[in-house]
Amino acid sequence: MTAAFEVMREPAERGRFGDYGGRFVPESLVSACEELDRSFHKAWGDPHFRARLDSLLRYYGGRPTPVWECARLGDQLGIRLLLKREDLNHTGSHKLNNVIGQALLAEQMGKTRLVAETGAGQHGVATATAAALFGMECMVYMGAVDVERQELNVFRMRLLGAEVTAVESGSRTLKDAINEALRDWVATAATTHYCIGSVMGPHPYPFIVRELQRIVGEEARSQCREVLAGGDPDVVVCCVGGGSNAAGTFAGFVDTGARLVGVEAAGGAAMHNGVPGVVHGMRSMFLQDEDGQILEAESISAGLDYPGIGPEHAHLGKIGRAEYVDASDDEVLAAFRLLAETEGIIPALEPAHALAWVVREAGRSIPKGSAVLLTLSGRGDKDVALVMSRSARQPELDSEGRRP
Amino acid sequence: MSRTELERSLRRQRDAGRKLLVPYVTGGLGPDWLLAAEAAAAAGADALEIGLPFSDPMIDGPVIQRASVAALASGATPAGILSAVSSVDLGIPVAVMTYYNIIARAGHKRMANLLAEAGVAGAIVPDLPVDEAEPWLAAAAAAGIETVLLAAPTTTDARLKEIVTRTRGFLYAVGLMGVTGERAELASTAADLAARCKEVTDVPVLVGVGISTPAQAAQVCAVADGVVVGSAVVHRLLDGEGPEGVSRLVGEFRTALDS
Repeated sequence: MTAAFEVMREPAERGRFGDYGGRFVPESLVSACEELDRSFHKAWGDPHFRARLDSLLRYYGGRPTPVWECARLGDQLGIRLLLKREDLNHTGSHKLNNVIGQALLAEQMGKTRLVAETGAGQHGVATATAAALFGMECMVYMGAVDVERQELNVFRMRLLGAEVTAVESGSRTLKDAINEALRDWVATAATTHYCIGSVMGPHPYPFIVRELQRIVGEEARSQCREVLAGGDPDVVVCCVGGGSNAAGTFAGFVDTGARLVGVEAAGGAAMHNGVPGVVHGMRSMFLQDEDGQILEAESISAGLDYPGIGPEHAHLGKIGRAEYVDASDDEVLAAFRLLAETEGIIPALEPAHALAWVVREAGRSIPKGSAVLLTLSGRGDKDVALVMSRSARQPELDSEGRRP
Repeated sequence: MSRTELERSLRRQRDAGRKLLVPYVTGGLGPDWLLAAEAAAAAGADALEIGLPFSDPMIDGPVIQRASVAALASGATPAGILSAVSSVDLGIPVAVMTYYNIIARAGHKRMANLLAEAGVAGAIVPDLPVDEAEPWLAAAAAAGIETVLLAAPTTTDARLKEIVTRTRGFLYAVGLMGVTGERAELASTAADLAARCKEVTDVPVLVGVGISTPAQAAQVCAVADGVVVGSAVVHRLLDGEGPEGVSRLVGEFRTALDS
């Protein structure tokens, strides 16, 4: 159980990251997980597979994404602030890195259909995109509550040829969408690949998704060295729902001296308020009551509305290699505006959590003059309407642009 | 009630030529779930499965999902359900069906003792595959709780060997690739898997998932030692047919299996 393994490389036997991870699935899914594990290891060691993936990410996805130094905002905060611009990927977030890799893997396994869960819709849109590109069928499960909140993304997925099912069971949000995707996969694994959206679920998913997102951290590391005259950042910070952009980013810096920080939504802070549990195929940290019933996460950002966290993060937190903090909705909205106003970049609400923490800590636990790398995991277009409706609670400007 | 060893009891019935019938009732579902359990026992069940509902029942179909949500919404807890179970004498062994997080949260040893104290004989934990089961199996065995393991149509021969070695009480053969729920036809995988299981073990082999009608039960019992009937029973309760409806349904299964 505690067999030695290198941090952020292969998990130990039975998919363990220390005490966390594993494969807690119904017997009916064991063979599908084993097939996936074998296929991924074969593909990942195959130069032809890697070349195809690199080519797709480059010419279809738009990689490499740049690292941008925020001169104005950095000055204001008294730090050097570098953004890894994953928002510039095709479909607008880091999610594409993962789905292109998994779709390619699905094709190699001879699968003709993808199923996915989605919260805000980013992973659903990315999966629908990959399915269109690969000529596969696509079914996206989305909590009925999220379908109502994110109707534009639902329409996007349908434009891309995917079927979207509104999940009415349980709390009708992301965790229930995952349950429904797993239920689909149990019955369809012979022809279907479950394209999971984050570093979570049963082994080998947390490992596969981290490896597919590793490119974020590896690119950023060499890009930071160009900007920082050969040095590494002092702090590397990412938002964490399940934690895939953070896992990919941390993987590039785990062997440097950088302080690694994951920022959860205050209403979904599984590391702070959760306890160890076993849900969705993995042992990790979950918000739950004293009987083990899973609680709903609540956040302004549907992408962080998950009551758990990827098992490798639970491990990195436990061994102290990464720290996990949280940001409130109000701090996040302020950070969202700040980046728009000072840098001309509208971030997704998810990475605005990471920025909110930086704004709070600059000059405190982040000493003046520190170099901070923040993964801007997605663009904010999807959130503009939500932010607008929140802002509408403030008095409207009158016809002459004054507040009454 | 006094604890009856699940496997010993099922073997005795099976060896006497009887096909085994194990209905499932979601604990805490409505005011009369315990009466429904008693009705099922009286109508010819050989053992009973009582569900300890979980917020995220990922291998359950719509019927058990609805029942779980309803039970939890009305305040059902593992402690409350076990207390109710311990207050009656069903006359047949009881196994709980629950998800692993309910056990992990309570703690292996504590949950095993709670079950034993409530007079429960067995536990079925569908999201705990044999490779992850050891810590629970040890704690359960120490408290005298028999843990029923599951085999699926896609289970390899090598895994099946391991599963039949470790299972206690009976072997739960999952009849089809999919979630729990009623199906119009008996899946061809059901009898195939039952036959594979029967070849490698003498432990009673019961088929569950997708056994919806007495005719399907009789059909699969040409090979299997018995059936687990879940959604069909719970469906009656959700429809408001109460203990009488459950009694009628279990009676029909009993008649089909006996003829």
